[in-house]
Amino acid sequence: MKRALPLHLGLIVLLFALQFALPAYHHGNLARIMVMATFAMGYNIMFGYTGLLSLGHAMFFAAGMYGMGLAVTQLGTPVGPAFLIGIAAAFALSLIVGLLALRTIGVAFMIVTLMFSQTLFLTILYFGSITRGDEGFGIKQATRQIMGLDLSDPTIRYFAAWLLFSLTLMGTLWLVRSPLGRVLIAIRENEERARMLGYDTWRAKLSAVLMSGTVSGAAGAAYGVLFGYVGASFAQVPYSIFPLLWVLLGGAGTVIGPLIGALFMFYLIDLSSGVTDAYMLVVGVALVLLTLFAPKGMMGMVRERWLKWLP
Amino acid sequence: MAAVTLLSTRDLCRHFGGLRAVRDVDFDLPQGEIRALIGPNGAGKTTFVSMLCGRIPASSGSITFQGQDVTHLPAHKRISLGMAYTFQITSIFGNLTVYENVALAVQHRLGRDHAALKRETLAALARVGLKARADQVAGDLAYGHQRLLEIAMGLGQEPKLLILDEPTQGLSDGEIEEFIALIREVSANTTVLLIEHNIPVVMALADTITVLNFGEIIAEGTPAEIRANTHVQEAYLGG
Repeated sequence: MKRALPLHLGLIVLLFALQFALPAYHHGNLARIMVMATFAMGYNIMFGYTGLLSLGHAMFFAAGMYGMGLAVTQLGTPVGPAFLIGIAAAFALSLIVGLLALRTIGVAFMIVTLMFSQTLFLTILYFGSITRGDEGFGIKQATRQIMGLDLSDPTIRYFAAWLLFSLTLMGTLWLVRSPLGRVLIAIRENEERARMLGYDTWRAKLSAVLMSGTVSGAAGAAYGVLFGYVGASFAQVPYSIFPLLWVLLGGAGTVIGPLIGALFMFYLIDLSSGVTDAYMLVVGVALVLLTLFAPKGMMGMVRERWLKWLP
Repeated sequence: MAAVTLLSTRDLCRHFGGLRAVRDVDFDLPQGEIRALIGPNGAGKTTFVSMLCGRIPASSGSITFQGQDVTHLPAHKRISLGMAYTFQITSIFGNLTVYENVALAVQHRLGRDHAALKRETLAALARVGLKARADQVAGDLAYGHQRLLEIAMGLGQEPKLLILDEPTQGLSDGEIEEFIALIREVSANTTVLLIEHNIPVVMALADTITVLNFGEIIAEGTPAEIRANTHVQEAYLGG
């Protein structure tokens, strides 16, 4: 903790300070990246720390986003409480999915999470009269206010994204150092042994799914509030794969890995698409190289080579 | 002093398909004893102790621990009641450090008390002679040291019943000597159930020996009695 705390607090301070230095374009990008990194940190609790590979995290992101969005458009709830409704929706979905999906392990678990996620996507389309289906719906700028602060204003939006990111980062750091976090890591490493040390591994895994799904849902709700759009594309397969990619690239089972992965991926696409139309080829080659030379992700490699204490 | 029975089984059976790995075993383990469980390969020793600690369910029969019927309790609850099991095939957290391995065993008992956690983890490591290697990654340890780490994890749980499944396999002669001394010391406040192939270790440690063959108890008695038992010699000691 002696070295980890300054590092993570330093990162938070750095991100806060960057908003005064960055040009508008990158400023907006970074706000988006911090929300997506929050999504990835949620994913990391299950995948990186507990060893549960979900292929359906888009459903939690979408549950938060639609829980918030529908509360605003259907019930006229102000965005503050609607944000909390979004989080509650993601929590409820994680509970249901956790109770059912944790009856399976390994590949079956991946398939079951994928299946649930597709179910949610199709449900969103089915209730098109409320959700506006594929097209989605906007959250009107006039309603995107909390305590008189206009969340569509770039500075306030950046600050809100930073706050969400920072709370999640510190929460994750606290979690992985806590007794529960140690048990989650033990489950990832050797579930049978953890059970034979007296831990109720099923219950621990369920709490990992709850935390993971709820954090991912908070990111989804925040995305809807801050960028003013709720759409079914966020419930589709790519949004289940992105957090997996970000976490793998940044370093599964590291607290700052998800941010590094999301940041890297965003700018890799952004920069390469400015150079060539075949930018996906560039992205593909970069991913192959990283998998070859840093199979544990960037922060995973840093931990292995230099900073053994990195949580 | 009448010995209190810590653990007992009645008519305990386990089938794997048509194979009857353990049949109708009535077994009583008094508190404070060091009991050795011996028998040829495939006699059902590991299956038997796995049923005791809940790794595999019993097909029929009952298991009583400290007067409580634990037959249908999940493994983690039996461990919480005071059983500890060290695996025959080394099962450690290979990517974590030696310290973290034992801390996980201690943490279940102590919860959030950081100072006590550290103290007792280091104490358990010191008892098996691994304290100097606390910061090493467990998977990098030599095989014999991994076996000792397993034992340290068992000790860290401070169990009432410590089940050791072939603990000396892969240990050097010197380490076996230390192991025997350690188990004697541990048995002052822990009941020990030991599966062991190394007969000198059994003879040195056991108060009582139970012999399994084809899933049944064929003999039970003091080391001297077992040595003299002709059934055992035929089945196991090679006549």
